Amino acid sequence: MTVTGAAAAAYIVAALLFILSLAGLSRHESAKAGNTYGIAGMALALAATIALAADGGIDPAGAGLVAVAVVAGAGIGLWRARRVAMTGMPELIAILHSFVGLAAVLVGWNGYLSVEAAEGGPLLTGAEAGIHSAEVAIGVFIGAVTFTGSVVAFLKLSARVKSAPLVLPGKNALNLGALVAFAALTVVFVVEPNLPVLAVLTALALALGWHLVASIGGGDMPVVVSMLNSYSGWAAAASGFLLGNDLLIVTGALVGSSGAYLSYIMCRAMNRSFLSVIAGGFGIEAASSGDTDYGEHREIGADEAAELLADATSVVITPGYGMAVAQAQYPVAELARHLVERGIEVRFGIHPVAGRLPGHMNVLLAEAKVPYDIVLEMDEINDDFPKTSVVLVIGANDTVNPSAVDDPSSPIAGMPVLRVWEAEHVIVFKRSMAAGYAGVQNPLFFRENSRMLFGDARERVEDILKAL
Amino acid sequence: MGRVAVLIGVPRESRPRETRVAATPATVERLARLGYDVVVESGAGALSSFPDAAYAEAGARVGSCAEAWAADVVLRVNGPTPEEIGLLRDGATLVGLLAPALDPDLVAALARRPITALAMDAVPRISRAQSLDVLSSMANIAGYRAVVEAAHTFGRFFTGQVTAAGKVPPAKVLVAGAGVAGLAAIGAASSLGAIVRATDVRPEVAEQVRSLGGEYVAVPAPEQEAGSSTGYATEMSEDFNRRAAEMYAEQVADVDIVITTALIPGRPAPRLITEEMVASMRSGSVVVDMAAAQGGNVAGSVPDELVVTANGVSIIGYTDLAGRLPAQASQLYATNLVNLLTLLTPGKDGELVLDLDDVVQRSMTVVHRGEVLWPPPPVAVSAAPAPAVRPPAEPAPPPPPPPPGRRAALVAAAAAALFLVTAFSPGELIGHVTVFALAIVVGFYVIGAVHHALHTPLMSVTNAISGIIVVGALLQIGTGSTVVTALAFVAVLVASINIFGGFAVTRRMLGMFAKGPAHAPGRGRGA
Repeated sequence: MTVTGAAAAAYIVAALLFILSLAGLSRHESAKAGNTYGIAGMALALAATIALAADGGIDPAGAGLVAVAVVAGAGIGLWRARRVAMTGMPELIAILHSFVGLAAVLVGWNGYLSVEAAEGGPLLTGAEAGIHSAEVAIGVFIGAVTFTGSVVAFLKLSARVKSAPLVLPGKNALNLGALVAFAALTVVFVVEPNLPVLAVLTALALALGWHLVASIGGGDMPVVVSMLNSYSGWAAAASGFLLGNDLLIVTGALVGSSGAYLSYIMCRAMNRSFLSVIAGGFGIEAASSGDTDYGEHREIGADEAAELLADATSVVITPGYGMAVAQAQYPVAELARHLVERGIEVRFGIHPVAGRLPGHMNVLLAEAKVPYDIVLEMDEINDDFPKTSVVLVIGANDTVNPSAVDDPSSPIAGMPVLRVWEAEHVIVFKRSMAAGYAGVQNPLFFRENSRMLFGDARERVEDILKAL
Repeated sequence: MGRVAVLIGVPRESRPRETRVAATPATVERLARLGYDVVVESGAGALSSFPDAAYAEAGARVGSCAEAWAADVVLRVNGPTPEEIGLLRDGATLVGLLAPALDPDLVAALARRPITALAMDAVPRISRAQSLDVLSSMANIAGYRAVVEAAHTFGRFFTGQVTAAGKVPPAKVLVAGAGVAGLAAIGAASSLGAIVRATDVRPEVAEQVRSLGGEYVAVPAPEQEAGSSTGYATEMSEDFNRRAAEMYAEQVADVDIVITTALIPGRPAPRLITEEMVASMRSGSVVVDMAAAQGGNVAGSVPDELVVTANGVSIIGYTDLAGRLPAQASQLYATNLVNLLTLLTPGKDGELVLDLDDVVQRSMTVVHRGEVLWPPPPVAVSAAPAPAVRPPAEPAPPPPPPPPGRRAALVAAAAAALFLVTAFSPGELIGHVTVFALAIVVGFYVIGAVHHALHTPLMSVTNAISGIIVVGALLQIGTGSTVVTALAFVAVLVASINIFGGFAVTRRMLGMFAKGPAHAPGRGRGA
């Protein structure tokens, strides 16, 4: 058995472990096992690769560099993972995606430097050289788009840049033009590989990635993050083709297609077209139609809200991104526990795209130890609102907007929403009367059974707890 | 707005022994909030302990019989007599328990007038319409009352006791049919301390029976299609009926009290208990036949009467069990009506709008402006066991898939492109493409039914896994020029951050997901 043969065998086992890992992550019962499978697969793959590198005669300095890079990377990664607040999860995942993109770009460049531009002339000739060059171009392109796209997503999610969509004139033409230019540059690069062409191609891809995500509004970020996850998989697969490494191809394709499917599920939940998401920049026409007169909204104090809750028989809490921003999940969980002890039925209704990441709310509620069997999906709870005494809308806006159902001209028309307005009372926790991420006014706030509770969600929930 | 508000009339019930009323002071207030004016016939609520003064206080006008019948919308418990139909004004809407399937004459009589008639007993059993389902709300009361009637007639305790005066055995109760009425009876009887057994043709109700303290007795080897798409039990085959009869004969001889609730809508009630079975019971035993009005589940039961057989078994055939708790029954029925009117008054402006495209409203509409609309098209319900069919979604349907021709063309184009790429590639690349294509398919299916709550952990684990790109970068270190090594070093570094960070954060998230304690409220949905 040679080292190469052993490594190939280890790669196959690792690929199977990754498949088991993804399958495990689909269900609560097997999720932890799934994560363990993933770690085992990765450890195996790393060990095999290091053995392969040692067998290939890596010099001591190189081996040292590998050790330094892995240890330093592990340190930084573990440190960030331990420190990150659960509300900051979307940003963390976005920036991690950018690392995969960056690595793919670097691997692509190295592929060019060590083959086409190798000292002493190109290592490959004829059709093989052409294929290799094309692989370099494609790998660098996908990697670069993932890299800048993820960086922009990170900046938007962490509120370092404004989350409003960037609208350049003729943005679809720009995107399309970039793709055409990429195809042309690839052909040029295949015919005559040279550094300036690759540099231009990289710059073009970086710009395209930036523009794609910049032109998407913050409200659609869950789909964007999921889509970037898929792109990072394709980037890894492209590197696999470049290096002739089946493990990279398998893993990249797994991640790419599962991420694409996840994005598709979410698009369906938002009633969006999948293609327009991949193309970037959907939902930009969401201009606020501020001239309609919705009437007056009514306010409620924390004491009155507490009274309503105390008299309720059934309470549904529908959280949104505002809960994450205010870090209100702990007081909310406390409130839920308190109401349950009083014999009141308490459930949570989660919209598929609540928050800035798929499943974002579930993670926050789990962190605050809310039992997951009272956390229901939109479809499970939507028919129960007419029998609900009080709904607490905590930092959610577009996901509870009745105009998605009532108003065919609304930018979010047709998007399935939580029909909270069918409940007896609705209490909306909100900082001001400003519109949500989609920029659409919400007639819910003006319904006769709605009351607004202004202020920081966390402080208001704590006030209610005190009043109870 | 300057127009006269729509008037709702609540006449007194004319049927003998009817104690219920279609509106209570509490629901009158809610009707007023919907924008309606309400007139209640004097004395309409008397038998339910709702005096005229209470209605007046709630904002209703107390008027004469003729006034109540002449309203724009008439709310009733029972169907009208021919004379009462004559009192309705043209264009009026009548709501009540019209039993359109059993009473075609009434439907025809209603259709002779230019009116609209809605049958509360024709509400489809879908989740969305549960708040209108009077059959469930009345059956719940009737099931409870059946136990109270049985206890009243039965000469002994329900609960077993050991006293200084000797030991008292607990009563044994058999409940036939575990629908809403049956479940209510099981709950009431077991809370009185009896040993409760229940049978039902649908094996899936066993869990509901146990949740109320009953013991489920299966009919041997039930048929596969025991569940039905209408949410009610259906009629069974010969062979099944014979086995069921054997089981009943055995059980009935053993128990003290039998409560039968088996009903099939629009058909005579199935005969479950024969004369021989009744004869096998001990003297002093009680049988309550809740289906007496539809022909009876029990041989020898007489509607609205208590019959004592030669061997001392009492057979109760009361058909007004729900009405024997009049205040409660009226309140629940009236609330069902308010829920209906809320559905029919989308603007909350006292304007009645009947939307015949809505399955719930369509199913209930027996007569529409003098035109017979009974029977309605069938509605598949979500209360049925798997495969559960959801009620049609209200919001706009998803965009239609691309036309088949275009889709086929796309697939063909993709296949041709793939063919050309691979056909002109060296052997090594073909192998890679094969692996690539298969892995895409696996990735697609492996996360197929991912639980929504796990989207974030799934994404972070796939993210960590895509850090596998480190493998590529690792092999580039120390093999080429300094530039290559430097670039590869950075790539290994960032990919490592990704791998370790991704797995660690997934682990942390998964550690937080915990299933709650048993107190988490579950929700039973009566079948």
